[in-house]
Amino acid sequence: MAFLQLNCISQTYFSKRSSTTALEDISLSVRKGEFISFLGPSGCGKTTLLSIVAGLFPPTVGSVTLSGELLKGPHPKIGYMLQQDYLFPWKTVKENVLLGLKLRDQQNDRHISKTFSLLKEVGLEGTLDMYPTQLSGGMRQRVAFVRTLATNPEILLLDEPFSALDYQTKLKLEDLVSITLMEHGKTAILVTHDIGEAIAMSDTIILFSKNPGRIIRTFKTPETLKRLIPFEARHHPDYSMMFQQIWEELEQIEQNDSE
Amino acid sequence: MNKTTVNKTHAEYLQRLKKEKRNVVFVQSFIFIVFIGLWEVSSNKGWIDPLLFSSPKRIGFLLMEKLTNASLFSHVGITLSETILGFLLGTLLGTLFASLLWWLPFLSKVLDPYLVVLNALPKVALGPILIVALGPNFTSILAMGILITIIITIMVVYSAFINVEPNYLKVIQTLGGSKLHCFKEVILPACFPTIISVLKVNVGLAWVGVIMGEFLVAKQGLGYMIIYGFQVFNFTLVLLGLLIIAILATIMYQLVEILERKLIKNR
Ligand SMILES: Nc1ncnc2c1ncn2[C@@H]1O[C@H](COP(=O)(O)OP(=O)(O)O)[C@@H](O)[C@H]1O
Ligand SMILES: [Mg+2]
Repeated sequence: MAFLQLNCISQTYFSKRSSTTALEDISLSVRKGEFISFLGPSGCGKTTLLSIVAGLFPPTVGSVTLSGELLKGPHPKIGYMLQQDYLFPWKTVKENVLLGLKLRDQQNDRHISKTFSLLKEVGLEGTLDMYPTQLSGGMRQRVAFVRTLATNPEILLLDEPFSALDYQTKLKLEDLVSITLMEHGKTAILVTHDIGEAIAMSDTIILFSKNPGRIIRTFKTPETLKRLIPFEARHHPDYSMMFQQIWEELEQIEQNDSE
Repeated sequence: MNKTTVNKTHAEYLQRLKKEKRNVVFVQSFIFIVFIGLWEVSSNKGWIDPLLFSSPKRIGFLLMEKLTNASLFSHVGITLSETILGFLLGTLLGTLFASLLWWLPFLSKVLDPYLVVLNALPKVALGPILIVALGPNFTSILAMGILITIIITIMVVYSAFINVEPNYLKVIQTLGGSKLHCFKEVILPACFPTIISVLKVNVGLAWVGVIMGEFLVAKQGLGYMIIYGFQVFNFTLVLLGLLIIAILATIMYQLVEILERKLIKNR
């Protein structure tokens, strides 16, 4: 049985004047410990799909099951990191990262010290009493990452976590996130529009098309790349090969679209 | 640029700032002194009607005389407590009501037109009704202070509540928070600056409500002092009342501003 299963999901947004179909007939299953990327142009419904998996709203059609159980709302086993960090500016770093524990009434010493050690793992132990405005973009993103991990979810949903960062910071954070998730044995879904990032970080890449959002192809990353950290993977010959393959696929979609 | 030149230009910059500040204060004091002086002279020479416009000296003497008996202090005390209670309660109750509207979107849709009408209505026009309903006393004047502040508080605070970035609420929801958590952890702290600025507006509004109420009830307070001075044609008394109100209102406004700076220094 798959860990996380999406069954024939479609999503249509309604407004007074119009209706937009953002997703159509999405089915896929995620194994425990798997790292999946959703790759596609902006507006193809990636954020919509993550919000559905996060339990923020039910899909118009279809369902999500977690270990065979129907998902009815936000679930403790699912952590969601939004497209921007959305750290609370009126809370310190400490209050931000402990928020999940506070809301779940789990603020005991063990959980708190575990969260602090996570903060240390991402290199931010000195920032506990700072406010988010005092941090750089990369630091803020790491705080948001720790905030999501603090309640110990088994699945992490990451919505373009590196898109607002400069290239160098982005490469460093890719490694950090990849290693941290691996060490803690997490399952992850990463949303990105960066082909290289998808290849370097994930085991499976799911390619989406636009209007409406559909799955067009699924790629498996070769074993040789899976074992490497993202930075090293980017320098492996298999990386370029796969990049080429996905690139061609995308070109073809574009051609089909314009016809 | 090396360090010494930077330090030197910085020093020059500070010097310039200081000089400008000095000039501003100088011109301000100059205007004040000229105004008072001109007022005194034109009143003495009869260029303006001394009965109507009094004079700074006469207002000063009246103040000295009043300070020796307790009646002035009781007037000031009454008016101050009405105003402070009025704007605090108005802001507090208004915020509570705005919270209720946020919690129940259906209610907010239903009440929307009523709030618009109430906001457009000049609240002091309700004064006579209040006095008949609550009696010509402290309560009805306080009610004026509250009434005049509460509607605008509800409207401004509620609109701040519903304009909070919805993604903050999504963060709370995915971290396992309830609607109450959303309110306590996000809505309220995000709108704190708005509530403080409403408090500032309400200081001014509460004075209007309270003075108006005292005009109508005409028993005690600075508003009563002014209306009494008007009735016996003692404009020195009227102007003294005005002067005291101006000073007190300014102090109150400054205090709220200090509070504001203290409370939202981290944003
Ligand atoms: N709340 C919403 N109401 C109406 N339409 C929406 C809403 N959210 C997204 N959409 C539409 O759905 C489509 C997919 O959006 P989104 O999921 O944000 O795509 P992506 O994250 O891939 O850029 C877009 O056409 C967008 O305009
Ligand atoms: Mg998106």
